[in-house]
Amino acid sequence: MSKIGTKENPLRVAIIGAGPTGFYTAEHLFKRKDLAVEIDMYDSLPTPFGLVRAGVAPDHQKIKSVTKLYTRIAQKPGYRFFGNVKFGKDITLENLQDHYHQIVFCTGAQTDNYLNIPGADLEGHHPATEFVAWYNGHPDFRDRQFDLSQEKVAVIGVGNVAIDVARILSLSHEELAKTDIADYALEALSNSGVKEVHIIGRRGPVQAKFTTPEVKEIGELEEADVFTLPEEMELDELSQKELESTADRGTARKVELLKSYAENKPTGKPKQLTLRFLVSPVEMYGDDQGRITGMKLVKNELYATDAGTLRPAATDQFEDLEVGLVFRSIGYRGVPLPGIPFNQSWGVIYNEEGRIIDPETNKPVVGEYTAGWIKRGPSGVIGTNKPDALETVEKMMEDLKAGNYLHPSQPDAADALKMVEERQPDYFSFEDWEKLDEIEVARGEEENRPRVKFTTVKEMMEAVGKQAAEPVV
Amino acid sequence: MNVSRILAAKPTNLVTIRPSNLIRDALALLAQYDIGALVVTNDANELVGILSERDIVRRAVIVDDIMILNVGEVMTKNVIVGVPQDELMNVAHTMTERRFRHLPIVEGKRVLGIVSIGDVLKAQRDAYRGQIDTLETQVMADKG
Repeated sequence: MSKIGTKENPLRVAIIGAGPTGFYTAEHLFKRKDLAVEIDMYDSLPTPFGLVRAGVAPDHQKIKSVTKLYTRIAQKPGYRFFGNVKFGKDITLENLQDHYHQIVFCTGAQTDNYLNIPGADLEGHHPATEFVAWYNGHPDFRDRQFDLSQEKVAVIGVGNVAIDVARILSLSHEELAKTDIADYALEALSNSGVKEVHIIGRRGPVQAKFTTPEVKEIGELEEADVFTLPEEMELDELSQKELESTADRGTARKVELLKSYAENKPTGKPKQLTLRFLVSPVEMYGDDQGRITGMKLVKNELYATDAGTLRPAATDQFEDLEVGLVFRSIGYRGVPLPGIPFNQSWGVIYNEEGRIIDPETNKPVVGEYTAGWIKRGPSGVIGTNKPDALETVEKMMEDLKAGNYLHPSQPDAADALKMVEERQPDYFSFEDWEKLDEIEVARGEEENRPRVKFTTVKEMMEAVGKQAAEPVV
Repeated sequence: MNVSRILAAKPTNLVTIRPSNLIRDALALLAQYDIGALVVTNDANELVGILSERDIVRRAVIVDDIMILNVGEVMTKNVIVGVPQDELMNVAHTMTERRFRHLPIVEGKRVLGIVSIGDVLKAQRDAYRGQIDTLETQVMADKG
């Protein structure tokens, strides 16, 4: 029997997760010279592309153009997509071990970090990640309810997700109608009562994580004036030093822009977007119905850690901020997968450079790998996952050469297909996705939008002519 | 990017040594694991110092037989430590300014892992590659 990885005996890889990381992993595998590989990519959603579809803001179409690359990868011979197939529910680890030599988990970070302060359980406090998934038409979140009749909204966090949420809440109907935002969200936001949006950052403008293009963007909104507070724009000594020594030109430009917003005067636009710095929420207030009415903020000062990072320390000065709707945007968090060793404190799979490790023995688990946010933690831009996936693929190739891989009882591609057909007859192929894509784009053309998204699995199945085998939401 | 991102994918076996061990033992460990520094812990597994190649070299030129000295006599006691929330850029800057190459990351007194200048370089390189790739994609998209 010839070696695994040759034309007679191709390497069979299962990739769990069809987001950017899954595709970069596939790309690196296909690029290897002298390697014959067959890749089956699974996703719990019928549609591929992960956060590019469900996370990137609807008015950031250019960022989404990366899907052209992923589509080219999907069209390579040896690639198959199985959408609407959930690991742990439709297929198990044992199923994968029966059919593949190597398995790579690229499931990303499905949940968010909790804010542990009194009142955090009040109604009206939501994770930004759910709001984003909702307005992007993610089928699992399309039925979430957000009280957009509230006039005053707070977004806790100063990363790109936070600024996306604040911007989406501040866009005019005309600005939103040009995007691929979910229809129901377009309607809800166009009728929203939101007048004031407050972005809350616990450190200063030099440390804020949102990037310069996003800061520039919020200064150019049709219906919202943007402000920062002059006293919060005065840099402390440590921040000034950091700006001069470690920061790059982009950060300098970002701080300049933020400072300029302190000089803005109201121009009569219907909405106000205020960026607050050096404040942390310490308590949320509620009314008799358990609904949020405001937050207590503590003012912070910055200090330097041993290693030079500027961190916030609370002072004894407080202020109250009246708000009726709060989105916390303080980071995504990974969710454990059944049967896969999970590091609870980091929120990632136990791994060493992408090889999944058994924490009891500290030894790699044969045939199991991970890449992306579930390997390293949720940070970085889309492209950050490309070198990350490469590291994992290099380990996979080392192990292949050394003979450390699974020995599936049914390595034939046709058997894997049969397995999927039996366990999830309603799976979506890449061709099914392309059909959906075509319809979405056509629907969008009628309304001058990039696309009009399907937002339930049922609609998607009907659109590609699938009959549900069992009741489907 | 926080250093916790580096630790998340790093080998979990932290190589430690006691102050009472000999430099001979320390050298054996450095060679065996191909690393540049050892975290020195007491019996309660608390961080009490760090022993780096530079510490050994500096002492070796002024004593007759460094092999028989205790780790505790040669190690650096005032260790600069990091926390999981420390940021890559700041760590890189501090390592450069203060000329050290290994940063133990602690939570209270417990050592979670160690970040080396090599780890920092790799993380920076990958972060830049990622940003460039993302920007290139957008620029090419502009061209239609």
